[in-house]
Amino acid sequence: MTCQGGNEAHDPGGIVFRIVHKRQLSDVVFEMGVEAPRVARKVRAGQFLILRVDRDGERIPLTFSDWSAEEGWVRFIFMRVGKTTHALSHCEIGDELTDLVGPLGTPTHVGDLGRVAVVGGGVGAAVAYPVARAMLEAGDDVSVILGARTADLLVLEDEFRAIEPTRLVVTTDDGSAGVKALVTTPLKELCEAGEIDLAFAVGPAIMMKFCAATTKECGVPCIVSLNPIMVDGTGMCGACRVSVGGETRFGCVDGPDFDGHLVDFEELMSRQRVYVEEERLSDSEYSKECSCRL
Amino acid sequence: MSAVDDSGNVATPKPSAEKPRHKPSREPRTPMRERAAVERAADFDEVALGYTEELAVAEAARCLQCKNPTCIEGCPVQIDIKAFIGHIIDGEYREGVAVLKERNALPAVCGRVCPQEEQCEAVCVLARKAEPVAIGRLERWLGDYDLACELEHRCVPEVGEPTGFRCAIIGSGPAGLACAGELARLGHDVTIFESLHAPGGVLTYGIPEFRLPKAIVDSEIDMLVQMGVKIECDTVVGATLTLDEILNVEGFDSVFIGSGAGLPVFLGVPGENLNGVYSANEFLTRVNLMRAYEFPRADTPVWRGRRVAVIGGGNVAMDSARTALRLGADEVFLAYRRTEQEMPARREEVHHASEEGVQFKMLCSPVEILGRDGFVTGLVATRMELGEPDESGRRAPVCVMGSEFEIECDTVVVAVGTRANPLLMKAAPDLELTGRGYVAADEHGATSVPGVFAGGDIVTGAATVILAMGAGKRSARAMDGWLQNPDR
Repeated sequence: MTCQGGNEAHDPGGIVFRIVHKRQLSDVVFEMGVEAPRVARKVRAGQFLILRVDRDGERIPLTFSDWSAEEGWVRFIFMRVGKTTHALSHCEIGDELTDLVGPLGTPTHVGDLGRVAVVGGGVGAAVAYPVARAMLEAGDDVSVILGARTADLLVLEDEFRAIEPTRLVVTTDDGSAGVKALVTTPLKELCEAGEIDLAFAVGPAIMMKFCAATTKECGVPCIVSLNPIMVDGTGMCGACRVSVGGETRFGCVDGPDFDGHLVDFEELMSRQRVYVEEERLSDSEYSKECSCRL
Repeated sequence: MSAVDDSGNVATPKPSAEKPRHKPSREPRTPMRERAAVERAADFDEVALGYTEELAVAEAARCLQCKNPTCIEGCPVQIDIKAFIGHIIDGEYREGVAVLKERNALPAVCGRVCPQEEQCEAVCVLARKAEPVAIGRLERWLGDYDLACELEHRCVPEVGEPTGFRCAIIGSGPAGLACAGELARLGHDVTIFESLHAPGGVLTYGIPEFRLPKAIVDSEIDMLVQMGVKIECDTVVGATLTLDEILNVEGFDSVFIGSGAGLPVFLGVPGENLNGVYSANEFLTRVNLMRAYEFPRADTPVWRGRRVAVIGGGNVAMDSARTALRLGADEVFLAYRRTEQEMPARREEVHHASEEGVQFKMLCSPVEILGRDGFVTGLVATRMELGEPDESGRRAPVCVMGSEFEIECDTVVVAVGTRANPLLMKAAPDLELTGRGYVAADEHGATSVPGVFAGGDIVTGAATVILAMGAGKRSARAMDGWLQNPDR
């Protein structure tokens, strides 16, 4: 069965996106695995997928956190924030997603980077993890800085430990786990100590903005993995346009990775907020609907 | 290959000698029923209601059934127009549908969106002295007649003996669908790969419900499925699969690329990344494919502006402007840098848009989009005048110095054209491209890669549904020839 009913005439042509794995990482953060053999064969670190939970659903982009070409599945991590992620969190193993498409975006460049600080903030850790792993596999030296507002939002710490980065620094805003600091504090220390040649930052736009500023001060290049609003994810609509060095680029095909020192983060954050009212309405309608069903 | 011989005579299958001689009616062209502008501009239901049987028969009776029909030459897919109208005259509707489907897999679609006034109707003999036969409306009526039948009673073109060859089609828009239909008729095993979650390409994401109901598109596609065509959505060629894998891993014998011109062109003026500025592709995709007009029942939102400025003068600009009205805008402006005469949109669409209240601002080109707190508040435009003709043959617009003025608006939709999306080609290095990034193909659609054909907007740049369908059909025949050639 699919997660919810719908009213569209066509199915995706006999391709079934069955949920084969689900793990709750915190109150609001989930990891999910879906059967998608063609996609799994192609994924590389830094790329993303677009899914729809049901036939009235929005297309939302989520970055691959893990995959197995042999077993034909892909995984992603999401935080329950709006209607779609709420609905997704209610899907269980054996249910089917209506659509899953990918891998989209340009893979993260790895292999000749030297000493890299990979910074993952909040669910950004889900992107940072496969990127750090790919960098290590390609011979780069990787330090990981993992940050979250509070201990409960910290995800994949064990997975990061298991891939044995040169160092792993955990920070929380409230000190409930690791060091009480923002990710920029250890990042700055590494930069100033001359311990890194490059930073790769992924997380909330505001965090990436400050990572970019911190590294810029020290003259360390910084790649950021952006998360603009998207519709098709293939370069067809331009919803995801971002200004990089004064030029308009499409986050979905030119990115998601860009030179953090050149990104216009104010514009990105403004564009991410365009549907705030609609998202609130959608979510509250959905909550009403859910409580009716109970 | 064409059903028209050198002298313009049509090879009609049945001699009409036994039938009583047709006496053409002298009545004026039969108008098509339309919903009133005020009523229709408030919802997304179809504007034109089509003919009734009575009206269709009355209009068909105007056809002279010329001995040497010129209309057929005006049709990019050479539909035997005289024959299908003849069947309406004789009350043989199913036979009429069969004639249409010999040449056109999607008659209910083409009856709605083809620019007949520039094609078949422009060369109708009646057009020399009076109004031409409403060929498009008759095609639409027959197409709808077929769609109104239960699926098992619909006219499904005969599928040839299985050849054992497998053909892959990239993109389920007009070119791909036409190619698929033709290949299936020729007995090939056809699979279409579509990147979005629903098939139809521009028919689904681009052309609005009020001009082309999605139920019509779905029914026409169902007929192809009935013919054995398989459609795999959610498959981005260039990402999920490459061209090379389709041929060498998935085991297809031949490929047709009909991926369209899907990359939006922006104006390149300051302020273009403000909230409230959309490419027409995004605006229409949100509304048509994602059904944002049903928000919050459908999850995808769209910014509903009160004062909307649409930039451009083509059908996509008209669709965007009329969509904005239906989303509840108080005022919709359409800014075009030339005059109404040069507008590439169909007259009918311009007329409909104007009837519904779209305000046309001609000889006007935006130079900057203004905003506050990240949202659009207006645009600065400059007056234009027409100078010497450019390479398109139209008089080129030239800026009038110092003529800048402001238009207050909270939404801007940029509908100034599209280009080829490089996603597929980046993953296919052997595929030769033109200087402008389109796929290089000969008149049969053959590309630089043996067995790989291409047609429609991905070869020509943005054009019409019917031209793409014509290219898809031509390529299908060329693919068939290539597949059947033992020396390949």
